[in-house]
Amino acid sequence: MAEPVKLIGAVGSPFTHRAEAALRLKGVPYELIHEDLDNKSELLLRLNPLNKTVPVLLHGDRAICESLVIVQYIDEAFDGPPLLPEEPYDRATTARFWAHFMEHKFSMPFWMALWLDGEPQKGFVREARENLALLEEHLQAQGKKFLAGDSVGYPDLAGSYIPLMLDMFKELSGTSLMGDDEYPAVRQWVKEYNSDEAVKSCLTNKEQLAAYFRVKKDKYKMMVKAMLKQQ
Amino acid sequence: MNEPVKLLGSFGSPFTHRAEAALRLKGVAYEFIQEDLGNKSELLLRHNPVHKKVPLLLHGDRAVAESLVIVEYVDEAFQGPPLLPSDPLARAAARFWAQFAVDRCLRTLFKALWTPDGEARRGFVAETKENLALMEAQLEGRRFFGGDEIGYLDIAASGLAWLTVLEELAGVERSMIGEEEFPALCRWRGEYTSHEAVKACLPSRDQIVAFYAGMKERLVLLAKSMQKK
Repeated sequence: MAEPVKLIGAVGSPFTHRAEAALRLKGVPYELIHEDLDNKSELLLRLNPLNKTVPVLLHGDRAICESLVIVQYIDEAFDGPPLLPEEPYDRATTARFWAHFMEHKFSMPFWMALWLDGEPQKGFVREARENLALLEEHLQAQGKKFLAGDSVGYPDLAGSYIPLMLDMFKELSGTSLMGDDEYPAVRQWVKEYNSDEAVKSCLTNKEQLAAYFRVKKDKYKMMVKAMLKQQ
Repeated sequence: MNEPVKLLGSFGSPFTHRAEAALRLKGVAYEFIQEDLGNKSELLLRHNPVHKKVPLLLHGDRAVAESLVIVEYVDEAFQGPPLLPSDPLARAAARFWAQFAVDRCLRTLFKALWTPDGEARRGFVAETKENLALMEAQLEGRRFFGGDEIGYLDIAASGLAWLTVLEELAGVERSMIGEEEFPALCRWRGEYTSHEAVKACLPSRDQIVAFYAGMKERLVLLAKSMQKK
């Protein structure tokens, strides 16, 4: 009765990672279809005409787009360990609130700090650090291994770009986001995330990931500069 | 089990409205606490220290922030007509289109409204209309995005109901959501704003005007800063 599951994704994409990690955590067998984002397949363009991007989940003949929508779908459509807490209040406050924070409040300054230079970069580094402080406070107050409990869940997947990219932040951006003795709870969360069995099994090799971003560096730098100029 | 429900909000704000609409549709009794956004209360700052924004739902001593998170919470924590469908694929579709409505319609519409006349503004208007056409298609002749009843996606997109008043305030001559181009959306808007439960928490034209009064300069600046995102 189990319909085939396929995930269209791209190496190095933190969005693809969210979906893949969710499948692994839930224990759902799937086939990964590699997409070359510089030469998009007809399949991708047909299944995601609106955004033309990865990841796209194919469950039988159903196509689901948008990484966090996919993660929630995986949680709801398949049996397996829950990715969100059971209790409505915990679902709303720890899980969804922090996922929203990761996606909407933190990702922008993080991304801009990574690819900008000089004064503009400093501003975004400041903003990213302010957000790190909020995250640190939450992790300390909650006292659990992950953002919504003791196992990897929805908000951790939303924020997974941090554990994926923190190591290479200095090399890629030319600046440091946090000192070695700063934000200990965040550091611990990053460590726990990267050592989780299910996550590890689908993590792109760090060297490969770093190489991917080195190649993209100039392109991303140009893109964010253009974004800033558009005023 | 019957802990008091309070909603901290700013009447006239489309974000506050989402939370109120969800409570009304679910049939949850609540107390509305009007928040003065220029002078935020200690209650708000204590319970929403991360964002310091409304709406904020207080259920007993539990605080829930972020309008769409509140909508899902109301759907899950209380008995009443479901706001999200039960089928996972239908839920995924509602969430996908809600994200689209928020990011690609309401946000672009905001920029279109508050960017001064010129090429940039024309670009935002064109983009808004392109994206609204997709929302139009999603309605597929149904009363609401949720089918026969108001659902999560209708609530997420409800800011579109504010549009004519805002266009008036911004000095727009012809509405972006015209009858000819968007017959289904116009009909949806009528259905939404005349729905019994929603009507009770929909601000009047004067209340919307009052909410946005004195904000115009700030909105123009905000639209300008949004151009880089």
